[in-house]
Amino acid sequence: MIEDIKRIGAEAPARIAAATSVEELRAVEADLLGKKGELTALKKGMGGLDPEGRKVAGAALNDAREVLESALASRRSELEAVERAAKVAAERLDLTELLELPERGSLHLVTQTWDRLVDVFIGMGFTVAEGPEVETDWYNFEALNIPAAHPARGMWDTLYVDLGDPETVLLRTHTSPVQIRVMTDGEPPIYAVMPGRVYRRDTADASHMPVFHQIEGLVVDRNISFADLAGTLEAFTSAYFGGSIHSRLRPSYFPFTEPSAEYDINCVFCEGKGCRTCGQTGWLELGGCGMVHPTVLTNVGLDPEEWSGFAFGFGLDRLALMRHGVDDIREMYTGDVRFLEQFPS
Amino acid sequence: MKVLLSWLQEFAPFPSDDPVALGDVMSDLGMAVESIERIGEELDGIVTAKVLELRKHPDADKIQLVDVDLGDGEALQICCGATNLTVGDVVPLATLGTTMPDGMEIARRKMRGEWSNGMLCSGRELALGEDHSGIYILDPSLALGTPIVEALGITPDVLFDLEINPNRPDAMSVAGVARDLAARLGLPFAIPEPTVVELPGDAGSIATVDIVDPDLCGMFHLRVIEGITVEPSPRWIADRLTALGMRPINNVVDASNYVMLELGQPNHTYDLAKVPGGALRVRWAREGETITTLDGIERTLTSGRDGVITDSTDTAIGIAGVMGGASTEISDTTTTVLLECAWWQPMAIARSSKFMGLRSEASARFERGVDPAIADLAARRLSELLTPSGAQLIQGSVTVDGDLPVTPAVRVRTSRVNQLLGTDISTEQIVALLTPIGFRCEPAGDLDVLSVTVPTFRPDTTNETDVIEEIARHFGYSRIVGRAPTSAHTGSLTPLQRDRRIIRQILVGLGVHEAMPLPFLAPGDLARSGLPPEAVTVTNPLAAEESILRTSLRPGLLRAIAYNESHRIDSASLFEIGKAFGVPASGASLPDEREHLAIALAGADAFAVARIWAVLSETLGLTSITIDQSAPPAGLHPGRSGVLVSGGVPLGEIGEIDPGVLDALGIRERVAWLQLDLGASLASPHGEHRYHHISRYPSSDLDLAFEVNDSVTAATIGAAIREAAGPLLVDLSLFDVFRGHPVPDGSRSLAYRLRLQATDRTLTEEDLGGVQRSVVDALAARGAPLRGE
Repeated sequence: MIEDIKRIGAEAPARIAAATSVEELRAVEADLLGKKGELTALKKGMGGLDPEGRKVAGAALNDAREVLESALASRRSELEAVERAAKVAAERLDLTELLELPERGSLHLVTQTWDRLVDVFIGMGFTVAEGPEVETDWYNFEALNIPAAHPARGMWDTLYVDLGDPETVLLRTHTSPVQIRVMTDGEPPIYAVMPGRVYRRDTADASHMPVFHQIEGLVVDRNISFADLAGTLEAFTSAYFGGSIHSRLRPSYFPFTEPSAEYDINCVFCEGKGCRTCGQTGWLELGGCGMVHPTVLTNVGLDPEEWSGFAFGFGLDRLALMRHGVDDIREMYTGDVRFLEQFPS
Repeated sequence: MKVLLSWLQEFAPFPSDDPVALGDVMSDLGMAVESIERIGEELDGIVTAKVLELRKHPDADKIQLVDVDLGDGEALQICCGATNLTVGDVVPLATLGTTMPDGMEIARRKMRGEWSNGMLCSGRELALGEDHSGIYILDPSLALGTPIVEALGITPDVLFDLEINPNRPDAMSVAGVARDLAARLGLPFAIPEPTVVELPGDAGSIATVDIVDPDLCGMFHLRVIEGITVEPSPRWIADRLTALGMRPINNVVDASNYVMLELGQPNHTYDLAKVPGGALRVRWAREGETITTLDGIERTLTSGRDGVITDSTDTAIGIAGVMGGASTEISDTTTTVLLECAWWQPMAIARSSKFMGLRSEASARFERGVDPAIADLAARRLSELLTPSGAQLIQGSVTVDGDLPVTPAVRVRTSRVNQLLGTDISTEQIVALLTPIGFRCEPAGDLDVLSVTVPTFRPDTTNETDVIEEIARHFGYSRIVGRAPTSAHTGSLTPLQRDRRIIRQILVGLGVHEAMPLPFLAPGDLARSGLPPEAVTVTNPLAAEESILRTSLRPGLLRAIAYNESHRIDSASLFEIGKAFGVPASGASLPDEREHLAIALAGADAFAVARIWAVLSETLGLTSITIDQSAPPAGLHPGRSGVLVSGGVPLGEIGEIDPGVLDALGIRERVAWLQLDLGASLASPHGEHRYHHISRYPSSDLDLAFEVNDSVTAATIGAAIREAAGPLLVDLSLFDVFRGHPVPDGSRSLAYRLRLQATDRTLTEEDLGGVQRSVVDALAARGAPLRGE
């Protein structure tokens, strides 16, 4: 019997190795260890041995079984690895063979710019206010220290609508009426930005639209100074355009601010060295700003001796065009998918 | 406003060496330099040449061949289109390689087969005026080959083009610009005293003025100048006027314009012989009164708007502050000039010139406010300029005052200056900054307070803040150190602003592009889109296409769909978030302005947009909004549309655009459509998304199909199932819709999968059976039997 066990043990490795698939190996396993297998048959034949012989043969059988089981397991894992590799190889995909792409939409360039600007100002502690696009003369002009027949009204080509008395209701020419609403509806301290759509009586061309967008900022608090205005715009400039871009203020005139200033930034294309876009000046005119005019504060019931503030505003569309090198503003407003899809985010 | 460096230098010793640096100072003072032009430099390469011979071009009628001599005796052939040349003329020749003032480069080129070795120039091509009728003929005694700058006696100069703000009337004159600039640079500034030839007499006995309406005219100053020969101006005057953009006419008119540009006093010269008795009156115009102005146009005036100057017969001979009349115009025969230097009410002139559509250099200055104290100086300066033409200023003058604004001294607190500017400027510094620009500062008892008398040429400056702006301007904005913002305040988006971002991001993720059509419509656009035509109209649109405010986002997005289709972009998916403007509710002064979301999906059916709506409403928690198909909205497909409604309040529309509307707009594809009143939909609380406990016990699914009449919506069936199934139902999905045999016509099969689960136990067969029975019974009661029963 011991001889038989040894023989089986000696022949088994070759038989196990000869199996070339998990399927074949399963047959070998059945032959060796299965219910009708060779070792099982030997075990059944142990009944005819004396107790000592049974003990020796039993131990030998167990040893042989363990060796065989281990050899089978090891071969099985080899064969499984081979078969998995073959299957995986057969499943190869060319990931560029794309037949049906999921549709991808896009945010409008104005929205993208709007959100970017708003996010910077939120980070600086500003809230975001909005107001109606059709306004009364009071909010758009009078309250902002631009009385009727004021020569400064010529600075805005206004579109009026046929409501109320002639020229009393209009499409807002700037986002500044929202300043008046914010100051009328709330109490200082006020730290707010006001993005929005504005209208001018203007013929569309590559750089003008009768409808465009502005963002305006307003701060009203105690002891707010021109230095705060300059510091805030400088902080915004580097946050939005990058640390190498700085701001400057130049004297200007707006009826609703005094002192008033033009807000320029280093040309973002040449970083101040001078190029075609900035007319060799190294600067880009971004918008206007200044200290809120005392008359404006009085108009909304605030005492200019107690409260002071600053306001600033600039066009949003131009920033959108500049960022992406779009040379015709009209492109943004046709709804042409070939344009829109170029700016997924 | 344009200024010449040489002209500025007559008032203060400005350096000539660095015009760019000088321009930077002007910009920093708020007189923004728009361009700097170096006069003379741009004519390099243009020389004198003599016409030797004129020949016909063999192959072109409008070009002749000109042989010119540059002084070396050689004939150089030039092709020339002008016809005013004769042999022997000396003319300007732009030689090869010259860059012309307009940027054109002169190169040797062939014109119809004949070589041209340069270009003969007109006055306009030399930037010496507007004349382009022929070649600029020069003095024949000039040496040939002489640079044109030398030949014409052009002095190199620098022309600054400045943008002047409306609050700087003083900077509408060369002297005013010089004063501001000299103050910043610390240079002495003075307006030279004119030297005139005086004639004994009394102007007051020759001329009179009667101000009938003092609210129109604040001051009227008259002078009489005799002995004038009307002739062309001297070259230097004509050149300066041309450089500043005015056309030289004759010595009298030119001197008038020169004084206006130099000192900022617009003035008017009458031919005294044409003014009976030298008597003038000033009054508001009468309705319908007419006058022929200097430009030869007869104008009808309006009372209460326009002012006039009349003669003694009360006939208008000038429009106050805007333009003089033709009847008293200076002519070749004029010898005695009646000179008017007046101060007009700025608002009156602004109104008059605006509504008459007549803006002149004079009106631009009057409407900003002219210095009422400069009239006498301006009159004597004008007389001085005309002295070479024989002008003699008759002694005496007539000055009549109307209502002139009184500007009291302004109290300026040093503490307020520094509080508003964030600076640390001393009172002494303030005095040093204000004095050179004509503001007289006196102590006002308190160390902190100055009493500041504003000069008459700064009518814009009337209060403390105005003066603070002047202090800041001359201190230098760039010297005010920015104070970094302190972030004691918190910023955030409002819930509506956050929701908008969510909506946009979802739609972009679902493949929809955001568009922004203009909110203007043309007449008929609303009707073509199937919408009621009532809308707010624009009073003064530039085009009919921009004459109506949209009441719906529909016309704009459909136009964008059509635009894309016409450019072979099919199946465009667009959305917009924007305002629409309803006709105001009664009593309201402003339109019913509402923010809407609209989605237009070309080439897609109503299901496509309904699926998007399902995602949006789930995400935003707007599940109270349902689709009511009982009365389809106007302009939408009657069988495939509904109203979005919440609690009986309509909030929008969903479905497909009516095929008739699509036909009218020339759109070929189906268009799925949604519009929702965002403000109203998002106003009430939504999107709370409370946590539901996730059960640890197993769930079981129940698949049930019902036969449902077409008149009953799936939403109704779903709601009935939810109600009947009770709290064990954790998820319900419609997984199949089937029409056809064996389902009878007019009905369809709706198959639902109910996922049931309890939070505290494993469900039993009895539990499942109970739910099934109550659901089946409830639906049977609604006429929707379980299929297969």
